[in-house]
Amino acid sequence: MSSSVKIKTLTIDERQVGAREDQTILEVARENGIRIPTLCYLKGLSPYGGCRMCIVEIAGSPKLLPSCMTTVEEGMVVSTQTERIKKYRRSLLELYFSERNHVCSVCATNGYCELQSMAQEVEMTHVHFPYMYPHLEVDATHERFVLDHNRCISCTRCVRVCEEVEGAHTLDIKDRGIDVRIITDLDQPWGESETCTQCGKCVHVCPTGALIERGKSVGEMSKRKQLLPYLTKMREAQK
Amino acid sequence: MTPEDFKKIGETHRKKRDGFDYTINVCTAAACVSLQSDKVKDELTRQVKEQDKKDVCRISGTGCLGLCASGPLVTINNDQALYGGVKPEDAAEIVKNIDKKPVKRLQIPADMPFFARQTKIALEHCGKTDPEVIGDYLALEGYEALYNCLTTMEPVEVIDIMVKSGLRGRGGGGYPVGLKWSTVHKAVGAKKFVICNADEGDPGAFMDRSMLESDPHSIIEGMAIAGYAVGASHGYVYIRGEYPLAIKRLKAAIRQAERQGFLGKNICETPFSFDVEIRLGAGAFVCGEETALIASIEGRRGTPRPRPPYPAQYGIWGHPTLINNVETFANISPIVRKGADYYASIGTERSKGTKVFALAGSINNTGLIEVPMGITLREIVYDIGGGILGGKKFKAVQTGGPSGGCIPEEYLDMKVDYESLAQVGSIMGSGGMIVMDETSCMVDVAKYFMDFCQSESCGKCAPCRVGTAQMYNLLNLISQGKATMHDMELLEELCDVVRNTSLCGLGQTAANPVLSTIRFFRDEYLAHINDKKCLAGVCVIEHKEEPVL
Amino acid sequence: MNDAASKDKRRKLVDATMRRFGHSQYALIETLHTVQEAYGFLDDDNLKYVAEELRVPLSKIFGVATFYHFFTLKPQGEHTAVLCTGTACYIRGVPGILSAIKKNFSVDAGETTEDNRLSLLTARCIGSCGLAPAIVLDGEIAGQVTPEIVVDRIGRMIQNDT
Repeated sequence: MSSSVKIKTLTIDERQVGAREDQTILEVARENGIRIPTLCYLKGLSPYGGCRMCIVEIAGSPKLLPSCMTTVEEGMVVSTQTERIKKYRRSLLELYFSERNHVCSVCATNGYCELQSMAQEVEMTHVHFPYMYPHLEVDATHERFVLDHNRCISCTRCVRVCEEVEGAHTLDIKDRGIDVRIITDLDQPWGESETCTQCGKCVHVCPTGALIERGKSVGEMSKRKQLLPYLTKMREAQK
Repeated sequence: MTPEDFKKIGETHRKKRDGFDYTINVCTAAACVSLQSDKVKDELTRQVKEQDKKDVCRISGTGCLGLCASGPLVTINNDQALYGGVKPEDAAEIVKNIDKKPVKRLQIPADMPFFARQTKIALEHCGKTDPEVIGDYLALEGYEALYNCLTTMEPVEVIDIMVKSGLRGRGGGGYPVGLKWSTVHKAVGAKKFVICNADEGDPGAFMDRSMLESDPHSIIEGMAIAGYAVGASHGYVYIRGEYPLAIKRLKAAIRQAERQGFLGKNICETPFSFDVEIRLGAGAFVCGEETALIASIEGRRGTPRPRPPYPAQYGIWGHPTLINNVETFANISPIVRKGADYYASIGTERSKGTKVFALAGSINNTGLIEVPMGITLREIVYDIGGGILGGKKFKAVQTGGPSGGCIPEEYLDMKVDYESLAQVGSIMGSGGMIVMDETSCMVDVAKYFMDFCQSESCGKCAPCRVGTAQMYNLLNLISQGKATMHDMELLEELCDVVRNTSLCGLGQTAANPVLSTIRFFRDEYLAHINDKKCLAGVCVIEHKEEPVL
Repeated sequence: MNDAASKDKRRKLVDATMRRFGHSQYALIETLHTVQEAYGFLDDDNLKYVAEELRVPLSKIFGVATFYHFFTLKPQGEHTAVLCTGTACYIRGVPGILSAIKKNFSVDAGETTEDNRLSLLTARCIGSCGLAPAIVLDGEIAGQVTPEIVVDRIGRMIQNDT
């Protein structure tokens, strides 16, 4: 980054804040202790803009924009917690819960799950969209990890960490629409993958119980959240 | 090469043509080819030889004549006679009567409203030239607009013409073309790109296909002019892999243009260089969205990304990129030749010029039409379209495909322009226009489009991925007579969520067919839900005996 | 690469496409088009080969190949019928045609018959709306068809080479 980066001032939730011109609304909000909920965003990975939880209102724009990928502009007036946005966030989360089988009481990440805590944060009390109950497979062929598609929210954090941080690109996503699935190599069992380095980063960036360590039972699978920030910091220091 | 040179090529070509008293044009666009117009052409050629009329009569293939419903179409000297439904066995009679009265039983009156009510600008050459011969294009002032831009105008002057013409993007959004060009022109970048979006994905649309099959050079010329205006030296045509004939003709046209020096280095002996490459789409509707299209050209999954930044600033490989669709590019050369004022004199206050529509569905004259903006739907359906097939009762006209809506009879006298269509909950879209009669069920139509949207959703953002699937399931329940009013409320709520929270245009507009059918045909929804009845008799509703309580 | 494959003419076509793009990763989709054209479908061997030549990860190539519905990862039958399901075709009777084909030839959309004679595919729109309803039989478009016509023509198509 050049030293001549310009500084912009903007308003987020009625607070005046300063920001570098290349920063996103989400980054600036977090620096200033303003919480915007996110699911697919993870510091240290490229932004994705898919989960839509971080949508904000910007005065003068009828469209809701994802704060993780919208860069600041001078004089911008941003609202992150209007009733309209809160309502949409709840609906979005309900859609997530209705899509696959997120039954917390039998999940290894119960108590450590970001989807679960997000439900509390946005005050989602029940799911009023019909549950779709797909019967998806569980890939338990890997000697150390398990991939349970029933709990995946397709945030692609695992895909991005595998490509961008580990550099293996063992994981990707296949098909499209409601049929998207996380795959390893040519959609073969994970245990047969020739490219997987078994590093486990994917497991620890996964927000839900879709990726867990083998042998963990209900409520035992906490994720090492400090792993990615640590790696990011160490890599930046090397440069 | 100077305009004199290429006029000479055109002249030579014209002379070659004028040496004949009669030119028989056979439509060789896809619709007529599928009705075996190629065999008709072969037989005509054979008959000309056999009846010894080789010196006075030539046979030529030509682009789309528009009236696809009556194919295969054949014309004599363009307007001397128009024949429809021609079979190979009719060839002898056509050739025999070439210098006599037209063959009555095959003749279609050229003054029928289908032709008389149209204004052809983007389609000016369609049906008049052989799309596989560059000389035909040159003979009709082809590439003169490009030459004039390069030799007499600054890029900003070209952009100014587009601004003054009032032309808006014909791909669906209707964004002002001049403004878009100007943004890319001003964008800072060592390299810039021009992309022609020919990934015509709307079900029920075949405008791009017909234009590429009928007049590929006009698209190439439009792109080159755009390249000069915005400062790009490389162009891509992103075309559907499902259009083999259009791809073949475009490829041939690019080669011819390169050979004649209208593409490549130092075009028309000016410093301007521009080339055009073809990229094949592979069956993903979402790639009509600009950022998804770029991802696809870059060899990736065609998933969109949030805008801004817009491709005009940050496009293919991060370079400023201009994206317009086929019809937009087809309008460029005529606008430069005929002037911005001429173009702006057609149409309405905010929607200038003409629009090409693919007219299909339950209508007599299905085909490709070009009409001035501001024409009414009634004129299109009843005058040009010749009314409803089989004398059935009109129910709705669908525009904008899966992003559009169904317009009922009460709005038939509405003017067709961007604003009016939006007001009734539809959109102009790229130009698909499907007419539906009383035998179409509007719940079924909404279900059809939602099925399309859910299977074309890329799956990146949750509202579109899950929301369209949920909406489809609900519409399915309604159509089967298994839904309650609560399901109807859920459906309307989902429409709102998906429209407002989706990442790209596909999700943001996916609810439109549902919303517009609920708005205008609510009684049909209620009949399915409350009375377990499909008024049009399309949906299969199983009646179970209700248990007596 | 073994000798048989290196002599494979079809492989040469694939190589030519990749060469045309300087073996850039951007060539992925164009190369998959060539593979499908040459081999009829995208098989694992070719996916692996292209992945290696273009230095694209296996999972990425699989992600791309399955994203675009033009590509098929299953071999096709000796004959194909592609039924257009565009709007114009749909409202002019596609559902009836589809069930007639399914019933008469015991094949579902996207599947191939057990005897490998017929693959039934659907297309979102082939752009022949003026001829609705339309079906493509072994590459030739037939327009304004009815269930009876379709069943008859498919029947003749798959009998032709016996």
